[in-house]
Amino acid sequence: MERLLELLCENARQSPAELAARLGTSEAEVSARIVELEKSGVILGYNTIVDREKAGPRGVTALIEVRITPETGGGFDRMARRIAQYEQVRGCYLMSGAYDLAVVVEAETLYDVARFVAEKLSTLGVVLSTATHFQLRVYKHDGVLHDTGTQEDRLPISP
Amino acid sequence: MSKERGIDLESKLSDQLRGIPRSGIRDFFELVIGRTDVISLGVGEPDKPTPWPIREAAIRSLEKGQTSYTSNLGLESLRIAISGYVEKQFRTSYDPKKEILVTVGVSEALDIAFRAVLNPGDEVLYHQPCYVSYGPSITMAYGVPVAVPTMLKDNFALLASEVEKRITPKTKVLAINFPTNPTGAVEPREELEKIAALCVKHDLICFTDEIYSELLYDNAQHTSIVEFPGMRERTVLLHGFSKAFAMTGWRLGYACAPPVLIEAMMKIHQYCMLCAPILSQMAALEALKMGHEAIEPMRQSYEERRNFVVKRLNEMGLNCFNPGGAFYVFPDVSSTGLSGRDFAFKLLEEQCIAVVPGSAFGPSGDNCVRCCYATAPDLLVKAMDGMEAFVRKYKK
Repeated sequence: MERLLELLCENARQSPAELAARLGTSEAEVSARIVELEKSGVILGYNTIVDREKAGPRGVTALIEVRITPETGGGFDRMARRIAQYEQVRGCYLMSGAYDLAVVVEAETLYDVARFVAEKLSTLGVVLSTATHFQLRVYKHDGVLHDTGTQEDRLPISP
Repeated sequence: MSKERGIDLESKLSDQLRGIPRSGIRDFFELVIGRTDVISLGVGEPDKPTPWPIREAAIRSLEKGQTSYTSNLGLESLRIAISGYVEKQFRTSYDPKKEILVTVGVSEALDIAFRAVLNPGDEVLYHQPCYVSYGPSITMAYGVPVAVPTMLKDNFALLASEVEKRITPKTKVLAINFPTNPTGAVEPREELEKIAALCVKHDLICFTDEIYSELLYDNAQHTSIVEFPGMRERTVLLHGFSKAFAMTGWRLGYACAPPVLIEAMMKIHQYCMLCAPILSQMAALEALKMGHEAIEPMRQSYEERRNFVVKRLNEMGLNCFNPGGAFYVFPDVSSTGLSGRDFAFKLLEEQCIAVVPGSAFGPSGDNCVRCCYATAPDLLVKAMDGMEAFVRKYKK
């Protein structure tokens, strides 16, 4: 991955001027490159990493293992794309191993997830089985450690 | 004079120690400590904790119950690993059995190296501005510190001509540290070569503190003075894990030198330290296994932060040269009409930003302040914004 992207992944709020200074290039060049990356679909969007436990009333997150029968011609793609369309699906990945799709679902309550599985997922003809795992606690999300305690043990002045 | 229960303890202190002034950095430290509103560019260490695999190695070692003394020289496996690392990094080979001593940080290595070779009155040349311990360590070893000033106009490189001027029949040691704390200066190869020739010509011992040698920017290649002809046999190469591996709190360093010098340093080390902590030695072993993989992400990030800080400081009208290494910049603040010391105190008072007065590192840094950019990028942006507002207010 190019360095500019890595820096944006670390913190997307850095201004083009700051990024340019860090990379030793011009602000105009950085801005142009970001536009290019956005237009070509390399950058799909920017979001905020939230500690949901601290953010207040939170819903539930589940990882659902889904086994499906691949379709002739389309393989898993058509079905995976259909599943990904649901609003409550936050992530959908084709996996190697014992199951085919890993589907991350966020909903208000456990009951909502159960309903999604029972009414939406399982009823898709090609779905062979599902196994739902509820997330109990977040320790790290998107590369960011949660609740690490105080990091400011460093002396403010040292030789 | 402070008296406690009828005894004047002040008068009982050694003359040698009383001759050493309180570190300039301590006064400033007292002002900042305990304040939570301060953005500090005043540290001398990485902002990230030690890479996880290194910490994990230490945990495993504790779990296995490795809590004993080690050989005075340090674990043999660690010395072998150090030998391999040093050979790669400095193209110089040392025998792990007789030529490497593991110490409690480079600070200890430097201290015992001075104590091992100095007789009262022997002169030691070192460049200034420099790390705060050089002068006092020499004095405590009964040597005479002879500072060689380095200047902003030379990008704080040490000039061989300035060294030569100060060589006397009493000069025994030349101590150098490049890249340098506090300036970030890197010594140009040509100048280093001339200085090496001076050491050979005047039969000096050289201590080279290589603690920042991995933190080098702009694709530069590090050259140590030990690599020049005639130098290996007269050099104590001092290195450690603090900066490149973000391991300051582990207190682990080492010295590489010919057997006579290592044996002499060992004599002191065995009585004052016995050995470096085994936990830190086990962690260091893992650090050397990781090598470049542990260092490079941090190095790259420092380089980018340096680019940002140097650009901003110059844009706001401070004269800041682009340092080739370490993680410090050392801007000259005289365009504000303030001394480095007044600048640092007022900046703390008005903008809650801590930088270290350059005078803490020797008089040739009086007009400068040291800013450490091993600080989170978003805080660096805030710090630069605050400094800019401050400079605008004072600039003539």
